[in-house]
Amino acid sequence: MIRFDRVTKRFPDGTVAVDELDLTAPTGKITVLVGPSGCGKTTSLRMVNRMIEPTSGAIYLDGTDTADLKAAEMRRGIGYVIQHAGLFPHRTIVENIGAVPTLLGWDKKRIQERSMELLERVGLDPSVARRYPSQLSGGQQQRVGVARALAADPPVMLMDEPFSAVDPVVREQLQDEFLRLQDELDKTIIFVTHDIDEAIKMGDQVAVLRVGGRLAQMADPAYLLTHPADDFVADFVGRDRGYRALSFQASPRLPLHSERTLLMGEATDRTDEWILVVDDEHRPQGWVEPSRLSGPVTEADLQRGGTVARASGSLRAALDAALSAPSRRGVIVDDSGELIGTVRAHEVLAAIEDADRPELQDDDQAGSPAPDPAAEHTPS
Amino acid sequence: MIQSIIEWLLSPESWTGSSGIATRLWEHLLYSAIVVVLACVIAIPLGLYIGHAGRANWAVTLANSARAVPTLGLLFAMTLVVGPMISSELAFVIPSIAVLVLLAIPPVLSGAYAGVASVDPAARDAARGVGMRPLQVLTRVEVPCALPLLLSGIRAATLQVIATATIAAYVGLGGLGRFLIDGLASGDYVRTAGGALLVAALALTVDGVLALVERYAVSPGLTGKDVGDTAVVASTT
Ligand SMILES: Nc1ncnc2c1ncn2[C@@H]1O[C@H](COP(=O)(O)OP(=O)(O)OP(=O)(O)O)[C@@H](O)[C@H]1O
Ligand SMILES: [Mg+2]
Repeated sequence: MIRFDRVTKRFPDGTVAVDELDLTAPTGKITVLVGPSGCGKTTSLRMVNRMIEPTSGAIYLDGTDTADLKAAEMRRGIGYVIQHAGLFPHRTIVENIGAVPTLLGWDKKRIQERSMELLERVGLDPSVARRYPSQLSGGQQQRVGVARALAADPPVMLMDEPFSAVDPVVREQLQDEFLRLQDELDKTIIFVTHDIDEAIKMGDQVAVLRVGGRLAQMADPAYLLTHPADDFVADFVGRDRGYRALSFQASPRLPLHSERTLLMGEATDRTDEWILVVDDEHRPQGWVEPSRLSGPVTEADLQRGGTVARASGSLRAALDAALSAPSRRGVIVDDSGELIGTVRAHEVLAAIEDADRPELQDDDQAGSPAPDPAAEHTPS
Repeated sequence: MIQSIIEWLLSPESWTGSSGIATRLWEHLLYSAIVVVLACVIAIPLGLYIGHAGRANWAVTLANSARAVPTLGLLFAMTLVVGPMISSELAFVIPSIAVLVLLAIPPVLSGAYAGVASVDPAARDAARGVGMRPLQVLTRVEVPCALPLLLSGIRAATLQVIATATIAAYVGLGGLGRFLIDGLASGDYVRTAGGALLVAALALTVDGVLALVERYAVSPGLTGKDVGDTAVVASTT
């Protein structure tokens, strides 16, 4: 557990970057710090491993005041993912990953093995091991940055915009991979981002900071979206927050309709509007318009615009499936990807109306602890 | 003329003896090495400190402006002033070495300073972030990253010292400078030209050796050179 106790940072030039911050990052959870540029996220993060010393207040690591620890030794026990990776340009990728174990004096063979293991863990090809950072793409460098932070298996990780320098597709990939990793590792993580979507996706709890380094609200993502504390938070979490909040609501049992399907490679004499095409294992492939078919269905005939939702997924995914299907019938599959039926948008909406929103908490105020940091959520 | 220079350079008699080419070459090399090592011992720690701390930058400026002082004038002045204070042979050795060291300091100092100052702040930050102590940050990250500029400073200094060490002959020290001076004095221009050629050849050879050292000492990650297997890797991924 990491606890900020009335932490203030005033730089020599008078800038107050962090102001009386009280915050607790629970063990085994991801706590996200989010807020507009210059609101003090990086400063807050770097005070934890004492890259920056607080002006007043204290930060406790599992109950120990960090001011009482030796800075260099403490940092070896905290994984730090630096904004834009910050790799050592003169060292190879394996050497970069092995930086902390080397400082800890592990033997060479163990460092090598651990580094190679992590390389694969973060989804990099072992062949990049002997390359130098300048020979890697931005996304690959960020993976190395994450691997380096994980190398000595620290219980605590500080991550400063770890996925910022990559395009949205790779970014999403890195986020998903990291959430999967965290599922196994259960690290105590403080994660900084200025992107509210990333905050909501990654966070077990989210702390919204306003410029001047003050905490505006601390809550779990679903609560933040449904009950922003004030105009600033409401504005910051964005316009379609109502829609996005559905990501955190599991679908109830939706009224599914059975769907007549067509196997890939089959022809049909039906002429009704849209038909769903499935493969041999009954997995949805796309929609076709029979009137346009001139024989058996081929890949090229498929309309792939529709998304597919898992029955165990969120209401947002179910609604999106209905809205995006050209037939307006949302495709629902089971966990193995097999078609189980379709659902229409108004049926999902009815389910949404029946579902409970997170309750407003009586003691809700800026800075109050998250209602239930343990609340599960499925990343969308 | 050219013919006779080549003859002089190739004849075994001119290479042997206490004033032969071999001896002079060795003297020249020895003085130059002593000078460069001394300059490095003084200028590298200073340059690293200035670059690392970002303080006392005036020292670099000062050293660079000292380059304007005419070396030969300084050498005579030093020999006149310091010479009488020291007895024995050292009366000539110390002033000329001191002058050459002064000459070599600015490029080494600037190289070390610029090298450390140019280290990517993100790398330095990462070094602290993974838990290196200040000295480890210096030796494991700042110095290796500063190496390209530091080594080119040393190379520049070495070239300059080898070229200028000829003047040491004026105050009675040996080295290849003797051929130039004696040649001029006795009107033996073959020797003068041959000596000059030898100095140039020595400078180029030493520079070539240093270039090789640089090639092996500097991490390929800094020079952007391919690591060899990259092309293969790229095509298989
Ligand atoms: N060393 C420093 N000296 C003076 N002011 C600083 C220093 N470092 C940061 N600041 C100021 O403190 C404030 C917070 O900076 P910080 O880097 O923590 O912001 P941030 O939330 O991480 O922003 P971004 O999203 O742009 O990274 C800013 O106003 C910044 O200008
Ligand atoms: Mg920042």
